[in-house]
Amino acid sequence: MDELKKTCLHDQHCALGALMSPFGGFDMPIQYAGIEEEHRAVRTACGVFDVSHMGEIFVKGPDAARFVNHIFTNDINAAEAGKAVYGMMLHPDGGTVDDLLVYKEGDNDFLLVVNASNIDKDHAWIKEQAAGYDVVIDNQSDSWGELAIQGPRAEKVLAEVLGIDGSDLAFYTFKHVADPVDGSDVIVSRTGYTGEDGFEVYARPETVRRHWQQLIDAGVAPCGLGCRDTLRFEAGLPLYGDELTDEISPIEAGLGIFVKLDKDEFIGRDATAAIKAEGAKRKIVGLEVNGRAIPRHGYDVLDADGNKVGTVTTGYHSISLDRNLAMALVDAAHAALGTPLQVKVRNKVFPAVVVKKRFYTPNYKK
Amino acid sequence: MSNIYYLPTHEYARVEGNVAYIGISEFAAKSLGNVVYVDMPEDGDDVVKGEDFGAVESVKAASDLFSPVSGAVVEINEHLIDNPRLLNEDPMANWIIKVEMTDPSELESLLSPEDYEKLCASEQH
Repeated sequence: MDELKKTCLHDQHCALGALMSPFGGFDMPIQYAGIEEEHRAVRTACGVFDVSHMGEIFVKGPDAARFVNHIFTNDINAAEAGKAVYGMMLHPDGGTVDDLLVYKEGDNDFLLVVNASNIDKDHAWIKEQAAGYDVVIDNQSDSWGELAIQGPRAEKVLAEVLGIDGSDLAFYTFKHVADPVDGSDVIVSRTGYTGEDGFEVYARPETVRRHWQQLIDAGVAPCGLGCRDTLRFEAGLPLYGDELTDEISPIEAGLGIFVKLDKDEFIGRDATAAIKAEGAKRKIVGLEVNGRAIPRHGYDVLDADGNKVGTVTTGYHSISLDRNLAMALVDAAHAALGTPLQVKVRNKVFPAVVVKKRFYTPNYKK
Repeated sequence: MSNIYYLPTHEYARVEGNVAYIGISEFAAKSLGNVVYVDMPEDGDDVVKGEDFGAVESVKAASDLFSPVSGAVVEINEHLIDNPRLLNEDPMANWIIKVEMTDPSELESLLSPEDYEKLCASEQH
């Protein structure tokens, strides 16, 4: 196995006594004080996450807009400069290479932020598709760090602790600022993965290390990937590897609004249009389990007669809602809201019902 | 001689006569974090030494429970159904199942408290 990579904040996590574990090829903090405390800090106040493991791939050049629109499901031409656009890269068969954010710097100038576990795969994939396009593809993942500052107090924390004004940023927009202390280039976007208002702040590693220390010294809760997962799960957001994979189409994952089939063309368009026209054969749904058992990734989902009709993709005892909930990939015939199903937890079977997968209503600043 | 024995997977058996009270160690309770659910067998179920008889779940994950001894479950700790966090508060007082042992000689292959403590110390580093 390859050696685990470390983010620029690895020493700080260890100094705080974080529980560390491998994620996406990196040795990452899972929790500091505890998943529940950290989860509640983000829902009620503010927390900071080290998300420096995410990949940053820059695409520039005369054909950059045409190229990004070729590999990306959302429509980059419809966005103004300063917008961050969520979408996917697809295989020709409609399966998902990755889900990502595209930051539009200018007409032919883009930053693609991709999942840590997929950096090498994505970089190779993007380069492979670039034949015939006049573009420069630059994987700068190792030279950028990233913090996610999330929660209802995030705007105040960003201003008071880091001296960065985010009040002028609308949801899914970004800007460059000169860091108030060292003058280096910092990218700030009003984005996140928690279902709360918040910002993602990209900077050089030495600047990220200082930002982190300033935030911790100011009493902002350090938050690990444990609660990042419980938070995004409650908000019904997908995690690549669970709700999206090389074999799962965004249509099946319920993410069709991020796939613009009316664009001229993009990789995976025809397959996706066919899936949409025929109707997806399986769908990601929300499940509420009746009983104390907690559905976990990989557990079988059964119909009322006990036949296997799907698999749990993510499941938790929801911290904010105090219910046992799951997202699951199930056969379309069993995907309607209110359908009674069952989940097999070890050797027992528990009743469940299909519910909306946005379990928690996000508090975004639009 | 102590009447408490451990498996390397962090379950204990506290033995009184022919009955073993089975639970999880303090070390396991601490590393799990807040327990939100305890999956227990039923009265009368058989358990087998080294095989799983249930699970404890924290927010993070489900961890299987392995039985240190073989026998029949004569009682489950029903307090854990409504209050699984008792396991965090005092895992030794809050046993999970009570087992009538079929082969007390199985205890000989379990860890003593001293050996178990050494194991935990090594796992922490």
